[in-house]
Amino acid sequence: MRRLLGKMGVLLALSAVVLGCAPVAPAFQNSASAGGDAAAGATTLTIFAAASLTDAFNEIGAVFVADHPNTELIFNFAGSNQLATQIGEGAPADVFASANLKQMQVAIESGRILTDAQRIFAHNRLVVVTPSDNPAGLTELQGLATPGVKIVFAAKEVPVGQYSLDFLEKAGASESLGADFKAAVMANLVSYEQNVRAVLAKVALGEADAGIVYRSDVTASEQGAVSQIEIPDNLNTIANYPIAAVNDSPNLALAQAFVDTILAPAGQQILTQYGFVPASQ
Amino acid sequence: MELRLPRVSTRRQKGRRATLWLLLLSAPMLIFLVWPLVALVTRIPLSLLIENLSNLEVIQAIRLSLTTTALSTSTALLFGTPLAYLLARRDFRGRASIDTLIDLPMVLPPSVAGIALLIAFGRRGWLGAALNDLGLSLAFTTAAVVMAQIFVAAPFYIKAAIAGFAGVDRDLEKAAAIDGANAWQIFRHITAPLARSALFGGAVMTWARALGEFGATIIFAGNFPGRTQTMPLAIYIGLELELSVALTLSAILLATSFLVLFVVKRLLHQQLSAI
Repeated sequence: MRRLLGKMGVLLALSAVVLGCAPVAPAFQNSASAGGDAAAGATTLTIFAAASLTDAFNEIGAVFVADHPNTELIFNFAGSNQLATQIGEGAPADVFASANLKQMQVAIESGRILTDAQRIFAHNRLVVVTPSDNPAGLTELQGLATPGVKIVFAAKEVPVGQYSLDFLEKAGASESLGADFKAAVMANLVSYEQNVRAVLAKVALGEADAGIVYRSDVTASEQGAVSQIEIPDNLNTIANYPIAAVNDSPNLALAQAFVDTILAPAGQQILTQYGFVPASQ
Repeated sequence: MELRLPRVSTRRQKGRRATLWLLLLSAPMLIFLVWPLVALVTRIPLSLLIENLSNLEVIQAIRLSLTTTALSTSTALLFGTPLAYLLARRDFRGRASIDTLIDLPMVLPPSVAGIALLIAFGRRGWLGAALNDLGLSLAFTTAAVVMAQIFVAAPFYIKAAIAGFAGVDRDLEKAAAIDGANAWQIFRHITAPLARSALFGGAVMTWARALGEFGATIIFAGNFPGRTQTMPLAIYIGLELELSVALTLSAILLATSFLVLFVVKRLLHQQLSAI
């Protein structure tokens, strides 16, 4: 009997191994409804938008619904590449807002969005973030090259990670920072994180001395935990955010009205509040 | 009207029919479990697999996975064995609570384990802050990878070892004691050899779990090729851009795990039937 128990213990451990091995899936916020329960006869508009737009679009959505009674908005926030793939696979979408031109192009190539329908509605720029107590005493970009400073970037597979490497490339070619800057910063890199939120988390927790994120990622909740160091325009990569109505939308006029709201001063002002650079600039 | 005799099945026929039904009922689960693995292995052409094997990041990831899992498994053995023996042989207040606490890392989502390690050993953690003052910083180091593996994987060995020690006949130990053996001699020559299949099986489970460790590692140790990027991390990060690299590493991980588990089960089976 004891031996049987021993065997069972091994078996139990074995089955638990299989359960425990699964890597955590990336967390996507799949849908959020701004309009609450659909009123009877309400028109539903489905907005596919990049995850970085979550807070800003929810707020603009409330404004839009106030102006267009009897409309319900359903948001699908995820990575732009995932959204473009979903649109290509025929997902029901009325509007697509992407975090870069590349994924909008993917959606256009699927035939569901007309080339001249897209409008740039916002820009995003990179900033260096440090923990608010700033253990490495960083106040300017030059400090990133000090030996021993712990820096985290997003992995180069993620757009912001590639932009961060582009920044080093430009900085290395610039007179202000010089050729040694790039090598020195690369030597200080301790991790390529899986996404921009992870970079921000490592800095906010104080594990890393500095990281590079989008300015719009430093939202109100993190503002107390991190400080920012600006990257000048000539070294920065300015990300363009395009938006377009999906051409086969059954409510194309309403979809276009949503796009117009994003581009209108009210929409642009909300985007600015959330750290985006307005389209006119 | 024809008179029909009731059909009488022999016991053997009945047995065969039952087996057939059992096979039919087992098939869905078996196919579901095996199909994705087959799809994964057959997706990547052999030539590409061999080509990717010379990719520096692939080699670094394999090397790092092998060294860190060897370290974490041996540490689990070294410090897990006394703990398992204590829990198997001594009855004391709080024993059940400790036993349950050891289960927790196996049940926790690995990301929770990673956050817990970061809170405890990070630069601003309880112990981490003190270590940091001594100039020791754990996050983003290979040591952090090993710690993450030990945290999530050691309980598999400890649980198996408890069961193994509990299964050893106490009379044999008492007999050895009467013959003048001291506690260490009894453990070394009686208890451990008799529990060896459980200990061995548990160690392999710990190694296998450590090899697949992902969530705690990427949170606590970060991701840096050659330093903290183990095979599961390289697979996850590689998935975005270089699917073939991710597929190569997945195939290697799968093949290694299968081989080790298969061999160990055969050995265990032999030992169990030999007793």
